Amino acid sequence: MSKIFRSNEALVAVTIVLLSLVIGLNNPTFFSVGNLFDLLRSSIVIGIFAMGVLIVIISGGIDVSFTAIGVFALYSTTRILKEFMPDAPIWVAFMIAAAIGLGLGMINAFFIARFKLPTLIVTLGTLSMFHGFLLFAIGNQIIRDVPPAMDQFARSALVRIPLERGVANLHPAILITAAAALIVWLLLNFTMLGRGIYALGGSREAAERAGFNVPRIQYFIYSFVGLLSGVAGMTFGSLARQANPQDIVGMELNVIAAVVLGGAQLTGGRGTVIGTILGVLLVVIASNSLILIGVPAVWQRVVIGLIILIGTGLPAIQARRAAQGGMRSI
Amino acid sequence: MSDAIVRLSGIYKSFAGVKALQDVSLTIEQGRIHCLVGENGCGKSTLIKIIAGVYPRDSGSVVINGREYEDLHPIDSIREGIQIIYQDFSLFPNLTVAENIALNEELAAGRRFVNWRHVRKVAEEAIAQLEVHLPLDARVEEMSVANKQLIAIAKALRQNARLIVMDEPTSALTEREIRRLFTVIRRLRERSGIAFLFVSHKLNEVLEIAETITVMRNGQVVSSGSAEAYDTARLVFEMTGQRIAEKAYDYTPDLRSPALLRVEKLSVPGALHDVSFELRPHEIVGVTGLLGSGRTELALALFGLLPIASGQIYIDEKPVAIHSVQDAIQHGIGYVPEDRLTEGLFLEQSIGRNIVVRTIDRLRNRFGLIEPKQVAQQVNDWIVSLRIKVADPALPVKTLSGGNQQRVVVAKWLASNPRLMILNGPTMGVDVGSKNEIHELIKKLARDGMGLLVISDDIPELLQTCNRILLMRNGTIVEEILPRATNENELAAKLIED
Amino acid sequence: MQESLRRNAFVRELLSENQTLRLFIITALIFVAFSLLLGERFFSVRNLQSMAVQFPEFGILAFAILITMLTGGIDLSIVGAANLSAIVAALILTRLSGDGGAGVPLEATIPLAMVAVLAVASLCGLFNGFLVSRIGITPILATLGTGSLYTGLSYVITGGPAITTTQLAFIGNGTIAGVPIPVIVFIVLAIVFAVMLNRTSFGFNVYMLGTNPRAALFSGIHNERVLMRTYWLAGLVAGIAGIIFLARANSAKPDYGATFILLTVLIAILGGVRYTGGFGTVSGLVLSVLSIQFLSTGLNMLMLQLSGSSAAIFFRQFAWGALLLLVMVVNYYVEQRRQRST
Repeated sequence: MSKIFRSNEALVAVTIVLLSLVIGLNNPTFFSVGNLFDLLRSSIVIGIFAMGVLIVIISGGIDVSFTAIGVFALYSTTRILKEFMPDAPIWVAFMIAAAIGLGLGMINAFFIARFKLPTLIVTLGTLSMFHGFLLFAIGNQIIRDVPPAMDQFARSALVRIPLERGVANLHPAILITAAAALIVWLLLNFTMLGRGIYALGGSREAAERAGFNVPRIQYFIYSFVGLLSGVAGMTFGSLARQANPQDIVGMELNVIAAVVLGGAQLTGGRGTVIGTILGVLLVVIASNSLILIGVPAVWQRVVIGLIILIGTGLPAIQARRAAQGGMRSI
Repeated sequence: MSDAIVRLSGIYKSFAGVKALQDVSLTIEQGRIHCLVGENGCGKSTLIKIIAGVYPRDSGSVVINGREYEDLHPIDSIREGIQIIYQDFSLFPNLTVAENIALNEELAAGRRFVNWRHVRKVAEEAIAQLEVHLPLDARVEEMSVANKQLIAIAKALRQNARLIVMDEPTSALTEREIRRLFTVIRRLRERSGIAFLFVSHKLNEVLEIAETITVMRNGQVVSSGSAEAYDTARLVFEMTGQRIAEKAYDYTPDLRSPALLRVEKLSVPGALHDVSFELRPHEIVGVTGLLGSGRTELALALFGLLPIASGQIYIDEKPVAIHSVQDAIQHGIGYVPEDRLTEGLFLEQSIGRNIVVRTIDRLRNRFGLIEPKQVAQQVNDWIVSLRIKVADPALPVKTLSGGNQQRVVVAKWLASNPRLMILNGPTMGVDVGSKNEIHELIKKLARDGMGLLVISDDIPELLQTCNRILLMRNGTIVEEILPRATNENELAAKLIED
Repeated sequence: MQESLRRNAFVRELLSENQTLRLFIITALIFVAFSLLLGERFFSVRNLQSMAVQFPEFGILAFAILITMLTGGIDLSIVGAANLSAIVAALILTRLSGDGGAGVPLEATIPLAMVAVLAVASLCGLFNGFLVSRIGITPILATLGTGSLYTGLSYVITGGPAITTTQLAFIGNGTIAGVPIPVIVFIVLAIVFAVMLNRTSFGFNVYMLGTNPRAALFSGIHNERVLMRTYWLAGLVAGIAGIIFLARANSAKPDYGATFILLTVLIAILGGVRYTGGFGTVSGLVLSVLSIQFLSTGLNMLMLQLSGSSAAIFFRQFAWGALLLLVMVVNYYVEQRRQRST
């Protein structure tokens, strides 16, 4: 019993089921195909971001700049496409966005790995730097008439289920999220690099002594997160069919909340892909479906705040209890 | 040419002008258990780091497995089969036992992908070699200290260790765990021909396990040879050097006078049970015992840091409840903790601030504000009266030597006029000269009317400073010993008795 | 002789002369550089006045970062708490004394609003303190969460839009003896913090706790109480900043001052506050606030002059981030050199 409750995944899964039941019983449309597809669609972007943030948090760091990287990549890519290659296919757009994200991520990596600076303060700085640069040097107007490839992609569907009224569409971008999750899962569990990320989060000193090249691992982490953020930003724009330089930034908390809720701990060394997926689903359900049970949308930020506090408070209380027992052995 | 794994000769090493090692020579033979003994700060750790290739030497030669190294890097040392197990074990708390054992090997093999079956096989083989049982799928953070140590040894074995260096391996183990560790060490030495360099300052253990002993003092090797040639007395003498004649503290308390501190049947689950004793003004009572005997736990319980389950503490024969450090302080108790660097001092802060931290509340003017003049005055007074060697009290306390740092901790407490002081390992990592001065200080405080509880496993220290010694074992006091009725060997024997 | 030397040394430590002097020179250089580059536009009474009413907004908030960073923590919820405070004040003012309000005289409503702000801000701060000291959540995450919570509550109260009121404009635009009231508030806070940190045992304990919480525990410092008080003070500072927000902008909204977190962290780091805790001074912080204001105004004018486009205002956002990283890298090298020399 206590073992099951200690497993964060199980706890989050049970919460999702209970919450779904409560919402579903109050409002049966919750279980409709249309709503399920909507929930999945809302999970796409936050899911990609969450995979990047998961890696950072496992390594014992925190990144708040990924949203700025996302919107930077989206907006710049859209402008590049419009000006130089308006007919480029969508995959080219994603490649460019990924490359821009990678470049920005490497800037984070440079400051963190080279100078051993605290990740929160570095990424707070680059968040402002990237977003500021985007707005003053690249553009601050919303691009509504996006290149045709983006427009087309926005309208495509992976699964189309005709309903009584209209059609329920499952957007193919969900595959990007799935791929990101799969890659991160393989990376974390089956590569030495992935184990190095866990090792770094567990004990930096021990990781160095074991022979891990810690700066190189950090370079990888923050560059890879940049790449994922670029892809996530592009996905966001493709779904929204516009490139708004003020979008995405501000979403950090939702993503971090989802990852923390999924069992990753900011102290490092802990966190799983499955847990993160569940965390994303819970955050999306909680914020999308509040209205369905009569909670006004303005409560959304309150709910996110509470999720973070509960997600960090429970392990803190557990750790405190364990430490009280441990005082005896000092 | 020889069976030596490591042959060091004429090693010199200094840090910022301080000579840490002077003309040190050391030979570690294959398949031998070699003990390196010496007091804290004698250069043992520096020597290990030179063998590990972590510190470059200033001069001297390093020959490993017959090969001379001009520039020894950690990677060379590992490749030659030298494995260092540090006191923190360098394990990953968040990973499983199996992965901790196998990770270094996988990494050294240059693998890019993890083969979990292989990881498990490696770990199983390693613990089979140790002939111990360890849950391979449990996380290391759930393991006891003793098990963590075995995991660290298993990890070292998997990297073809030919020499395993263990830095103070028994300092956090219970008696039974020490037995198990020794069994494992002997077995590995016999079956696999692995050599051990065992660094310790616990003489009884050294005498029990060592085949070869090297004694160090003040950065130099004092003597080295076969273990049969050593006994406790010789080790103590060689470790501490010329014994400076200290006058023992001979005091017979008036048993009719009220006790300053009386403890009755004090129990803390898993740490202490039914501890009873009393302490009168002018007394210096030693508390000794092995690690895990409850000696530190007793101090923590009296200082409000361990919740007391049952029993009663009396101060001036009045029952008191001590639930927090503040309660303890209110009853006039001061505590000089075991770990000076993390518990006793604010290393980055100035010497002055470290001295007045307890009393800052009293150094205020009539507006209730801290008065810098009074602060400076108090800092100055304590520097003078405890003869703390200080260039400038505004310098960080970390710039001081061990002995002077300890005096700062003592000054911090003395400034608040405690009536009862608990000193845990008062001279750990302190040079011999300062050690004597600290002992004299303790005696002076007692003569002036304070009651002191000295927790230590330093036998000469106990005999020279205490008027009574309480021996603890398994969380309780088993015997009260009068220093004048015993000697070093007898006390040492009692200490390790099971 | 020896004694006076020691006494001087202690005083010197309290003032931490070197760092303050270095910052003073930097601040002065920035001021002189912009005065030379921009001439009258920068170096004029009008511009000085306009700068003077700008910096207290974020300058006041910086004290909250200072005190929490000194304990080795951080308070990322201050902007949320400030906005929540401003909204509560605005709500009370408009509902009781606004047009179509209950008609209570403003003289009675303003003190009531102030008390309500202090109460709300105290609650915000105490809740942070509770999470950090009693529950033991890392300050970053605890205040990230409460920041979202406080901002969220602001949205719940207002439903989204700003609450407008000019009833406090007399604070925002007013002067006493020619000095803008927000500046006076800033100066008073600076003095209060300087005295508190240097001359009270609470301040002393903040530094010690921030240096080594374990040694603080073993030295009898009541860590939980010190942390509670620290975050409570940070909350109060946020409340005061909230009043200034409302008084200056004549409106209160949930998402005001989104860049202030970055700006205040930048100010603290630039001002020599160590993010690991234990070190930092009010004088450093004040000089840092002034440098940032000079830079802000100066860069803005310079960018407008160079590019002429409205996008120039975004340049500052870039500059703050870049400057934060620059300062940290410079500190890194300074620290390296210091370590090599000892």
